[in-house]
Amino acid sequence: MSVAPLVRAVEVENLRERAPHLEPGDTVRVHAKVVEGSRERIQVFEGIIIRLRGEGVNRSFTVRRIAHNVGVERSFLVHSPRIDKVEVVRHNQVRRKNLYYMRGLRGKAARLKERRD
Amino acid sequence: MLSGLLGRKVGMTQVFGPNGAAIPVTVIEAGPCVVTQVRTMAKDGYEAAQIGFGEKKVARETRPMLGHLGHTLPVTQRQRDQQQREGAKARQEARRKAAEKAETTESAGAETAADEAETADAKDKSRQGSRRRRGASQAMGPFQLLREVKLVGGDQPEVGAVVKVDMFSEGEQVDLIGTSKGKGFAGVMKRHGFHGGPRTHGQSDRARRPGSIGPGTTPGRVYKGTRMAGRMGNERVTVKALEIVQADPERNLLVIKGSVPGPNGGIVLIRKSADQLALAARGAAAAAQQRA
Repeated sequence: MSVAPLVRAVEVENLRERAPHLEPGDTVRVHAKVVEGSRERIQVFEGIIIRLRGEGVNRSFTVRRIAHNVGVERSFLVHSPRIDKVEVVRHNQVRRKNLYYMRGLRGKAARLKERRD
Repeated sequence: MLSGLLGRKVGMTQVFGPNGAAIPVTVIEAGPCVVTQVRTMAKDGYEAAQIGFGEKKVARETRPMLGHLGHTLPVTQRQRDQQQREGAKARQEARRKAAEKAETTESAGAETAADEAETADAKDKSRQGSRRRRGASQAMGPFQLLREVKLVGGDQPEVGAVVKVDMFSEGEQVDLIGTSKGKGFAGVMKRHGFHGGPRTHGQSDRARRPGSIGPGTTPGRVYKGTRMAGRMGNERVTVKALEIVQADPERNLLVIKGSVPGPNGGIVLIRKSADQLALAARGAAAAAQQRA
């Protein structure tokens, strides 16, 4: 559904000026701000983007990683001020928009080929 | 001061709060509204202001409403016909007289001169009717909706005064009144939140049914008010105490935390929180009592 111009006008003020260019399959390092008590520190979450959805201020992505042999997925809003920055470590070759099939794979099978372009 | 404003729901989105949390918000194009009538204690027994919002074509508005808004009424077809008949009659009369005169005085030019004079006169009359009354400017043009709002604080607004978003401030609590989306004929689960019947253990045909609707032989009837399936939605809904996240008088914008009844494009009434006003009034009364 198209977004009304007035709604867009409100959204624009909340957009990040330099949004990172992300694609499904990218290996990324997300620097997320975490508040612990009164202290704020930055936590890095590294993994593969298995989903990108939404538009405008609502755009979000889900990162999957295997931590201590357990699959962990975290979703982030692209424009959230709680994200310090997103580093794209490497572009991988994928043929789908949503990489849900990664959930059923582990170990060597869960590797992705780096994109050559 | 007025306690409310009319606006149009534009749509929903989200903004980021001071701590970075995403806040779901509704964007409302509120006002500008025009005060169309003032209710006074002396005349009406209560104090309020009637405000209008949205545009409407003059041709689409009813004549009683145009009168209420101070317009001069446009000429009706019937009035136009009447004028035409009278004009025709007058011209005929004039021609007859001119002919009589011509017979007696033998001057030829009189006929056309009289004719022209009459037509000009008739045209002038019909043009007069469609003109608006002086002082009733474009600002009092017919509105899509008129609503009354209570007055708060002593001062009274004047008819024709324009109210805008600047009556609200960020962080203030407001009530939103709108007409909910119509859901049509809805079952008892959707309409009243019933749990429906069991879906397993050999059940069939009763997953969304209401179950029993009352006792048996005594009383031998279904109690009035028993909740059943029926028309749902398309009714007045009030949502209380929503927070204003952003108020922008320049763009006539209100950004309100949470959802608002009705479809995008629907008209809503934004009112200063009734609970907050009552609380403030009680506080003021208590303070006055203490002073006395």
